[in-house]
Amino acid sequence: MIVGDRKPLEEILEMIKSYKKILLLGCNECVTVCAAGGEREVGVLATELNLVRMKDGPGIEIKEHTLERQCDYEYIDQIRPFVEEYEAILSMACGAGVQYVAEHFAQKPVIPAVNTTFLGVTIEQGVWSERCQGCGECVLERTGGICPIARCAKSLLNGPCGGSSQGKCEVDREVDCGWQLIIDRLTGLDLLDRYDEVVAVKDWKTARDGGPRRRVREDLRL
Amino acid sequence: MRLNYPANLKVVKVPCTGRVDVLLMLKAFESGVDGVCLAGCLEGECHYLKGNLRARKRVEYVKKLLDEVGLGAERIAMYNMSAAQGQRFAEMARDITEKIRALGPTPVKAGARAREQGPRPGENEKEKGGE
Repeated sequence: MIVGDRKPLEEILEMIKSYKKILLLGCNECVTVCAAGGEREVGVLATELNLVRMKDGPGIEIKEHTLERQCDYEYIDQIRPFVEEYEAILSMACGAGVQYVAEHFAQKPVIPAVNTTFLGVTIEQGVWSERCQGCGECVLERTGGICPIARCAKSLLNGPCGGSSQGKCEVDREVDCGWQLIIDRLTGLDLLDRYDEVVAVKDWKTARDGGPRRRVREDLRL
Repeated sequence: MRLNYPANLKVVKVPCTGRVDVLLMLKAFESGVDGVCLAGCLEGECHYLKGNLRARKRVEYVKKLLDEVGLGAERIAMYNMSAAQGQRFAEMARDITEKIRALGPTPVKAGARAREQGPRPGENEKEKGGE
């Protein structure tokens, strides 16, 4: 899932300081699972904003609404009947959702309330960890299912580097060395001979270096 | 036991303090209350195992939020007592009432009242625009 983190209240207040009526838009997908921008977080943020504004007067009028997804136009269209009543949209979706909502309402300021952080997994309730960087060319088959791009701080394809010590990475002693994990796993799978293969230079054109990416499936198009 | 405790404490019954969500606590403040306290079972004696421990964590989180919004973390507190400790309940009621009284009324009280009586925020501008 896409993992995000709610922006600090102070930053959100600064961005919405000139508005009195806002539409606070949550998303029922990834940001709900990582407790950053789902229906519950929409409720908490709306109440927080209200408490701050109520100190000076009647507060702020906030319509709380949570869409199934903010990255699909069918769902975004659901707010069309009432969006005009509000001065701005404060979106709690990931960066993709915020942008897609903005694309649909050219005359409406759309403000992000969440910092989108990474593609990751739930380690336990309340703890999430990065697993993928969407590089566009998966190498997991060669590395025993552990990604050297996302799990190694340097994204090395032939690791580890000299910063690996006792299974930990030099950038943070709490972070596992991705390459140590790969070697341990390959050893366990009795596939350590794969570690001997030198991986050629990766073509980063499939990642962000090739510019914004797009995927088309002609057979699915209407 | 015929114990007395301050009459300005409104008791909201829940099956377990584990039911008390962050939003529930914040909504209480939004409605204009001066303070909130949670009375949970003794730690380690939760019928649902961890309800009171979870509530304590949530209270700590709400304390941070209250500091963020400028109401102050001291306006919320968690106490633990067993169902047989009526004396302790009365003590808690007196303690929290004194603490909150020292802090004074909630700064959002005026806003909460204005909200109940006056137009909704943003409505004035709309009216002006129509003129």
